Amino acid sequence: MNGPHDLGGQMGFGPVSPEANEPYFHAEWEKRALGITLSCGAFGAWSIDESRHARECIHPANYLSASYYEIWIRALEVLLERHDFASRSEVAEGHARMQAAQPKRILTADKVAAVLAKGGPCDRPVESAPLFSVGQRVRTINEHPAHHTRLPRYARDKVGIVEAVQGSFVFPDDNAHGKGENPQWVYTVVFDGQEIWGMGSEPGLTVSVDAWESYLEPV
Amino acid sequence: MTTDNRDDHHDGHHHHDNHYSDMEARVRALETVLTQKGLIDPAAIDAIVETYETKVGPRNGAHVVARAWVDADFADWLKRDATAAIASLGFTGRQGEHMRAVFNTGDTHNLVVCTLCSCYPWSVLGLPPVWYKAPAYRSRAVMDPRGVLAEFDVVLPETTKIRVWDSTAELRYLVIPQRPEGTDDMDVEQLMHLVTRDSMIGTGLALSPSARQK
Repeated sequence: MNGPHDLGGQMGFGPVSPEANEPYFHAEWEKRALGITLSCGAFGAWSIDESRHARECIHPANYLSASYYEIWIRALEVLLERHDFASRSEVAEGHARMQAAQPKRILTADKVAAVLAKGGPCDRPVESAPLFSVGQRVRTINEHPAHHTRLPRYARDKVGIVEAVQGSFVFPDDNAHGKGENPQWVYTVVFDGQEIWGMGSEPGLTVSVDAWESYLEPV
Repeated sequence: MTTDNRDDHHDGHHHHDNHYSDMEARVRALETVLTQKGLIDPAAIDAIVETYETKVGPRNGAHVVARAWVDADFADWLKRDATAAIASLGFTGRQGEHMRAVFNTGDTHNLVVCTLCSCYPWSVLGLPPVWYKAPAYRSRAVMDPRGVLAEFDVVLPETTKIRVWDSTAELRYLVIPQRPEGTDDMDVEQLMHLVTRDSMIGTGLALSPSARQK
């Protein structure tokens, strides 16, 4: 979807403001937000793709004025209600009233180290050979789907070169919507700055995206 | 583009005290409800926070970089299979499952961004800084990288090409900065102190030994 999250090339946000000796957290609630988000992810009820999509569905005015932990929490509340773990009214009142769905896993303290060390690999085997090869010119598709996608707007309908075939991975456009993992080959595709930004592009700039195979067409 | 909007937007937390106390209450309520239902373990939250405050952070990445500087075989392994090379040092896990190492050279400077969300190599750099997740960086890194670098006090020669890596899939990128001059006698432990977090994102360079002492 062409949501507020798709920020590449937007203007007006001012300078980047790096903070010297930035702390890991700026408030106590940010620590809890991190831990709650990861703990709920461990339920196994939704994928990372569904949670990314929940974040990008936040209203643009809220998304752009929120810190990233607030974005996580707003999206998490939606996911918890969608999957019958907690309703918005329960969360608003701060009191459990309804029976929750049964999660596949509950992350207890003794399991944290192992779960974080394991992570959640997203590579999956596919039967087919890659359609594209290193050095090949490809054009990204010009699609504006209403669903989740990982092809940024600035990189649509652009010609680039396949720099690497990176393996085959879960296809987020489907997986975010419960349509299965349907893995595809992923390619690093590199574009000249001018192809994306036109004549005003910085000389010598190249930009790459990692693109699933169905984002690409032969040139 | 003016800088007026810095004061009424969200690129710093100090403008947001009221908003932040709203979030404090909202998150506390959420934790209460989920704990009452037996869905989360508050001690697990503590353990997660402790992991990223004390165990998983940019020292991991600095170790990878310093090792690559002193060990050509390890650097080759990083180029071929960064996930395995990094795992050999004990750094694995969440948001580091599929690693790629990209090497700065005299010709090319690498810069990593996630324009669509906040993808970041947690296993080697820990939690991302606020600026990495904020719209100013995510919007401009792909279009105006030299302007962004200047805001980090990094000015590259005009002849240096900039390559921006937008982390749009599940690959996570670690920049291997160039080894500073005058470090031939230093070992991995000493070299690690020259490798800043920002130098592994591409918004900085490795420190020279004299800069480190300042």
